[in-house]
Amino acid sequence: MEQQELIPHLFRTEYRKIVSVLCKHFGFDQIEMAEDIASDTFLTAAQIWGFKGLPQNPVAWLYNVAKNKAKNQLQRNNVFGNKVIPELKINTSTQPATEIDLSLQNINDSQLQMMFAICHPFIPAEAQIGLALRILCGFGIEEIADAFLSNKETINKRLFRAKEKLRFEKVQIEFPGKTEINKRLETVLTTLYLLFNEGYYSESHDIVLREDLCLEAMRLTYLLIENEQTNQPSVNALLSLMCFHASRFEARKKNNGEIVLYQDQDETLWNQELITKGAYFLHRASQGNTISKYHIEASIAYWHTQKTDTAEKWENILQLYNRLLQLEYSPIAALNRTYALSKANVLHGKTEAITEAEKLKLTDNYLYHSLLGELYTDIDNAKAISHLQTAISLAKTPADKNILTKKLVVCQQKANPGSMQ
Amino acid sequence: MLIFRHQDGNKVASPEQIQIWMKQTMDWIGGISAQNKFSGGNGLQFEGAKTVWHNNVVTNGPFGEIKETLGGYIIVKADSADEAVSFAKGSPVLQGEGNSVEVRKLAKGDGVH
Repeated sequence: MEQQELIPHLFRTEYRKIVSVLCKHFGFDQIEMAEDIASDTFLTAAQIWGFKGLPQNPVAWLYNVAKNKAKNQLQRNNVFGNKVIPELKINTSTQPATEIDLSLQNINDSQLQMMFAICHPFIPAEAQIGLALRILCGFGIEEIADAFLSNKETINKRLFRAKEKLRFEKVQIEFPGKTEINKRLETVLTTLYLLFNEGYYSESHDIVLREDLCLEAMRLTYLLIENEQTNQPSVNALLSLMCFHASRFEARKKNNGEIVLYQDQDETLWNQELITKGAYFLHRASQGNTISKYHIEASIAYWHTQKTDTAEKWENILQLYNRLLQLEYSPIAALNRTYALSKANVLHGKTEAITEAEKLKLTDNYLYHSLLGELYTDIDNAKAISHLQTAISLAKTPADKNILTKKLVVCQQKANPGSMQ
Repeated sequence: MLIFRHQDGNKVASPEQIQIWMKQTMDWIGGISAQNKFSGGNGLQFEGAKTVWHNNVVTNGPFGEIKETLGGYIIVKADSADEAVSFAKGSPVLQGEGNSVEVRKLAKGDGVH
């Protein structure tokens, strides 16, 4: 790899490892110092490697330099501490613990512990994702701003406030105890789910960035699976869900940002390896006594990897949504359930689905009107047109409006077969 | 709360019939859940059922003197008794003659029917 490519690549893979270990060592009180040392290490690498060429073992080089910088910083702190403030948060009696442990075990442990510390119920979900991207995934502030369609100042403020809160609440960077771990794991999984969603649904035009977010979410979920204590069925189910969704990444969007609907996707672009992985993790998730919403969502996602429209497929999806809604209601699930109903209960045709759909009364939701537009097509085209028009007015992104307009045109042609467009 | 009562609850149905009932029940509950009005529910099993009487006598089976047996219940969030009744009308239990769905308001102050 060229040196120009190597440093950004190493930044992405090694920054988070170094920063996790340092953060754990320094604690939230001095998290900026940990981040500074890590960033500084890469700055030094860029400068020195430019002069002297690449070292034989770049990763080892980075770790060494990081350790030394940390050692210097700690000694400075120690002087400050001994001479100025008697009690500082350094775990030592006589000598500062200057050994930074960058072994594989400690790297993985530190990242896991950081994950729990960052995905803490005390800070808002957006902040959790932001911090996770920065510290656990090594994303730059600009990249994070781009992903959230925000700006650097907002992101900086958000991260700053989050760290302050974690400091204030004295959140420890450690593995939660046995009684707490399940509850805390729930929060972590929610954050990872949201992180994946950011990548999957992001409106950012940077396709590479969006895919990176999804991959990062998957990587972090996998970290949980690799650890015995957190290798639980719900975690496997979540990873399964992510694999199934990610398998369609190539087919979902054209390079110009246009959305390709599921029915229109080119199956050959679906990543079979990811689909297989999804099935594997769903299998591993199929144990224990409890079903999480991720189990149900992953099962639904599994059915969507079978493109052919069969009554069996849609009946299964319908029943899964029936269960999902009992577990946790969401408007999207309700709408999807109704769509599945229209495909599964073929005997009653679309009229049953229309009745069910109208009971939902989600009149401010563009997807609600889009669904009714689709259901009313060929049954009452005037109503279909009206709903699609409402949907277009409520839709926010150009990509969505585009798709809906195409549907509207088709509908209008059905209503007035004589007219040409 | 919607309480289901069956006539001849002991009558055994064929596996196919049970499957049909299951789908109808799940679809019915799914429909209520999709409106965000489902609050929980349970089927009640006949296996191992017992009844305890006022002199501590224990007999097998559910309350056997009445022809109707309780099959289960669900709890819904309805804005009015009428809405709760409209939910009840959709229950597959009502396909059987003599079956009924009792609609009762929960005795809480939080507006849950």
